Amino acid sequence: MENLSLHDAGPPGGPSMQQAPPPVPQLPPQMFTTAAQLLDLTDKKLVVALRDGKKLIGVLRSWDQFGNLVLQDTIERLFCQTLYCDIERGMFLVRGENVLLLGEIDLDKDDYVPDTFEQAPVEKVYALKKQEEQSRKTTDKSKQKKLAELGFEGEHSGEVIF
Amino acid sequence: MLFFSFFKTLVNHEVTVELKNDISIRGTLKSVDQYLNIKLDDIQVVEELKYPHLSSVKNVFIRGSVVRYVHLPANAVDTPLLEDATRREASQTAAKAKQQG
Repeated sequence: MENLSLHDAGPPGGPSMQQAPPPVPQLPPQMFTTAAQLLDLTDKKLVVALRDGKKLIGVLRSWDQFGNLVLQDTIERLFCQTLYCDIERGMFLVRGENVLLLGEIDLDKDDYVPDTFEQAPVEKVYALKKQEEQSRKTTDKSKQKKLAELGFEGEHSGEVIF
Repeated sequence: MLFFSFFKTLVNHEVTVELKNDISIRGTLKSVDQYLNIKLDDIQVVEELKYPHLSSVKNVFIRGSVVRYVHLPANAVDTPLLEDATRREASQTAAKAKQQG
């Protein structure tokens, strides 16, 4: 890994200092990484996709190096066929390993849902979703079984992510 | 650390990241970290209508562990350099193992 120091970035022809600047303690390379990326997203409205397929929309208030997140004013958005609905969830703490991706919502397009989707009552969408998941589980199971017979192991080792 | 360094050379290039849940996201690589978590800007989702939750999103942070492929622009990859770096890293690792063993 490259070791950056203050001297590398000096602009050519910049003011030449007589005295060497006091040594600046160097940040560990990790500081330029996960933390810095999440720092940019703090206090922003995000959509968080989880490993179990849930989509959460909320304001990122806190996080740590493992990607554990705290979301405020969270809603869960369910999509099913051509319908969607929102469920108020409030404060959410997500364990990092369950996070697939974080997307920063463009506030100009806030809450935009493609025209092909229509908002529907929670009960209706929830029931449809449950049905869909049930049938998906059944097909996944039979697929996994057939693969196992051929000596293959599914990519997600039995766990479905989407 | 070799792949981390390699990905750092690709910052600001257009890449397509395919996730293990089959979503493909195209965007400008903004940063990468030691877990190969990836941050993309100005994203565009392939088959957008299948993944409606991403339609109002402009940039994403993708957890490294869910990435299946990263499609790179071929002209941004210096293959001989990468080969050299790989050999160097391999010989270094071997030398270290010898020292300890």
